[in-house]
Amino acid sequence: MSVVVMERVVFREDRCKGCEVCIAVCPQKIIALDSRINKLGYRSAAVKDQEACTSCGLCARVCPDAVISVYRPARPAKPAPAGEGRKAS
Amino acid sequence: MSSIVERIPVYEPPKSLSDVSSHYCPGCTHGATHRIVAEVMDELGLTDKAVGIASVGCSVLAYNYFECDMQQAAHGRAPAVATGVKRVRPELVVWTYQGDGDLASIGTNEVIHAALRGEKITVIFINNAIYGMTGGQAAPTTLIGQKTATTPFGRDKSWSGSPIHLSEMLALQEGAAFIARTSTHNPAHLGRTRAAIKRAFQTQLEGKGFSLVEILSTCPTNWGMTPVEALKWVEEQMVPVYPLGIFKDWQADGARSPAAAGAAAKSAKPAEGGK
Repeated sequence: MSVVVMERVVFREDRCKGCEVCIAVCPQKIIALDSRINKLGYRSAAVKDQEACTSCGLCARVCPDAVISVYRPARPAKPAPAGEGRKAS
Repeated sequence: MSSIVERIPVYEPPKSLSDVSSHYCPGCTHGATHRIVAEVMDELGLTDKAVGIASVGCSVLAYNYFECDMQQAAHGRAPAVATGVKRVRPELVVWTYQGDGDLASIGTNEVIHAALRGEKITVIFINNAIYGMTGGQAAPTTLIGQKTATTPFGRDKSWSGSPIHLSEMLALQEGAAFIARTSTHNPAHLGRTRAAIKRAFQTQLEGKGFSLVEILSTCPTNWGMTPVEALKWVEEQMVPVYPLGIFKDWQADGARSPAAAGAAAKSAKPAEGGK
């Protein structure tokens, strides 16, 4: 069984102006400025540890330059948990 | 068996926002506000029937950033141009995007009379307490004590008066149907800004009258701060002077206290974008 690693956060790095607002709001503290300079002349923000991202989307909601898209994995259909307190409707 | 993990968008940039890089400085909340306006246009399906009026100031090039039709107006005259467009084509949704130098200084007369006439237009008013494009001079919205290029020792009340509270002023006018002040200093307040802008557009769609959303914003470059410091400054310095809230709402029949307005904006939870 092969597992495709999914990118939860996608930065359009050529659009980023390195304002660091996303870095300040990230609850997981996984965003940092890249060492490379993009074509606008800024160090773009980037996520190194995609695994640690919870797809909360706060970074995308504060980004002034619409750099960030956020995704979450589709949840597989769960079998109904046996014996747990969920009421049948 | 191989499993491909399907991914669902939590947030994607709105379709009504043009796919170009903006000229705004790093961290300027103009960008976030543009994005929110575009999100609301996406949600209400307004891209093909909206006309935006750009002002003079940093947002003079706003016409490059939206997929709806745009028109640029002379300094402060965006509500007048919007009046013309709306009266000729009443089926369109007409909105202006103006900064405080444009709307609260040279254009104060225009916006007040648009509200008095109850023009069915929507005004997005960006209040960042300074003139941005021209190099950081004092605006009518500059706070007492705030240092700018023309108030190097801080704004002195006895010399240059007090900050203008435009939302409170316009809320007194009968023609105004929806007047709110929101902020951009954190994701929660950006959500409330989105809810207020949506309400303002709905006010126009229902033909109730004039709508305006005043949005407290940053100018990191002319304030001489980092973008993150500037957001903090909005929260700590601007919000106490410019109380947030809904000052007039045709649905609620009159003004509400800022606290109640905040609660209402909270309950009107912004929908997830990128659908």
